Order: sequence, then C-alpha cells, then structure tokens
Amino acid sequence: MSRPAHRRPEYHKINKDLFVLTYGALVAQLCKDYEKDEDVNKYLDTMGYGIGTRLIEDFLARSCVRRCHSYSEITDIIAQVAFKMYLGITPSVTCNNSSRNEFSLILDKNPLVEFVEELPAGRSSLCYCNLLCGIIRGALEMVHLAADVTFLQDRLKGDSVTEIGITFLKKLDERKYRRKK
Amino acid sequence: MRAEENGRCITKLENMGFRVGQGLIERFTKDTARFKDELDIMKFICKDFWTTVFKKQIDNLRTNHQGIYVLQDNKFRLLTQMSAGKQYLEHASKYLAFTCGLIRGGLSNLGIKSIVTAEVSSMPACKFQVMIQKL
Repeated sequence: MSRPAHRRPEYHKINKDLFVLTYGALVAQLCKDYEKDEDVNKYLDTMGYGIGTRLIEDFLARSCVRRCHSYSEITDIIAQVAFKMYLGITPSVTCNNSSRNEFSLILDKNPLVEFVEELPAGRSSLCYCNLLCGIIRGALEMVHLAADVTFLQDRLKGDSVTEIGITFLKKLDERKYRRKK
Repeated sequence: MRAEENGRCITKLENMGFRVGQGLIERFTKDTARFKDELDIMKFICKDFWTTVFKKQIDNLRTNHQGIYVLQDNKFRLLTQMSAGKQYLEHASKYLAFTCGLIRGGLSNLGIKSIVTAEVSSMPACKFQVMIQKL
C-alpha cells in the first residue's frame, strides 16, 4: 500500500484485509462497550490521538518533508504524503474560508470501510472512521499545531461524499507561522 | 481489581481476534482446495495463514495426534519490539490474546472448534497451544 522508503531499510507493510478487519473489530467492540454513539466517537478520537502523537515521528522520519510555511501546505502534505503513505489513498483538498485556516479532505476511496455495507441499526451518528480525526489532531499537536478535526460529511451516513474538516486554531508555538492574510 | 480488569481486557482482545480470524480465513481460502484433514488445516495455519498475517511461518509445529497442537514462533512479530529480557514478560499476554482469537476464529470457520492459549517463556519466542474440541 505504501511507496518503498529508501531512507529506512526495514519498514513494515500489513496485509490489507487484516488491517481493515481489525479496525472493524475495534469499532464493533467499542459499540458493545458504549451505548451512545457520542461515546464511541469520543473513544475512537482519543485512541486516534494516542496513535497520532506517535505516528508523527514515524511519518517525519520516513517522509523527510520540508518545513511548511502555511496551513495550506500542511494540509496538502497530510493529504498527498501522509494519507498516501499509511492508507494508500490521496484525498483532495479544499480550503473553506478566506482566512485560510479551515480545510477539507475529500475522501473518494476509503479502505477502512471496504467491508462496511451500512452502519448498524441504531448507530446513525457513529463516525466509523473517527480514529482518523484523532490521528490527525494528535500528529499536528506534536508539531505545535492545534486543530479541530471532525467528519463534516460521511458516505456511511448517507452523504454524497466523505469529508474530513481540519480547522487550524491559534498556534501553540507562535513564532514560526505568523502570517497576515 | 486490577487482575479482573486485565482478564476482561484480554477476553475482549481475544474476541476481537476471533472475529477477524473468521473474516480472514474466509478470504484466504476462497480459492484453495478442500483440506484433507485436521493436520492439513493446522499446517495451513502454520504456513500460509501465519505468513500472510505475520510475514513469516510458524517455526515449529508439534502434535500428540490426539487433538493438541503446539505452534512455536521463535520471533513473534508483536513481541520483537519489546525488550528481550524479563521486563515486559507479564504484559506479553495482552499482545498474544488477539492472536489466540485469530487462530480460534480461523479454525472455527473451517469447522473446527478449539481452545487456544499462549505462553511466553522468553521474549520474543512464544507458543500457541490449540486444543481441538471434539463435539
């Protein structure tokens, strides 16, 4: 699923079915543990956050991206390098506001939902892939960027596309990224 | 309290592994020929299944030919990133539970009911014990 990385001699790929089925089992178990969709979503986000804070190191080591100078660049890197590296897909990026701190990733394909036909009955507010939001949020925080990351639209809920919204908040480390308009 | 919670977690992990094992074996064996016998199935688990999941085969398979199999993996992929000494030995069971379920689930969808346990004597080597339940 990923490009070979020339910098790291040993890097691991996982069987896609195993990965997708395991994610599904994780969500199913959380649904058993928590009655409310909000709780499942919250825990998926929390788990994702934990993963993201560690994944960022792996990402930076393997991708050798240059320092970014704008939120737009960062979002492009998330979509074109990170998503490609870990999930084998490249979401498209749109910017949602004129102050250029709100972006959307439009996922055309999503391997995580490959075996999901529809959300279970009574689970209409479940954000199945909420782990991804936590991962992005955790990873960004480790590079001193605070962001809100949520699903704005979800095909599993009947929307026409699956869209992740990233809103960059006030920076945690203000020095480097000060930009006026 | 701690031990009880730990036990519940391990059960949940094992159940998750079971689900995944069922799904995986379905996809892996779609186009394979029918298995000759129980031993044939266990060999499949040790070779093809283990290779697809862990990128290596089981290093040693032993059986008493009466429904008990011991699968030995000398370098279990989920344990190799941990210190090889005794430091994390007590935590190893959490990392094995999912895989026990994986084996149990895979066998289940091949028509075999079993109990699967695992033990680590020295990291990263571990043994999975499969006890076939005759109905």
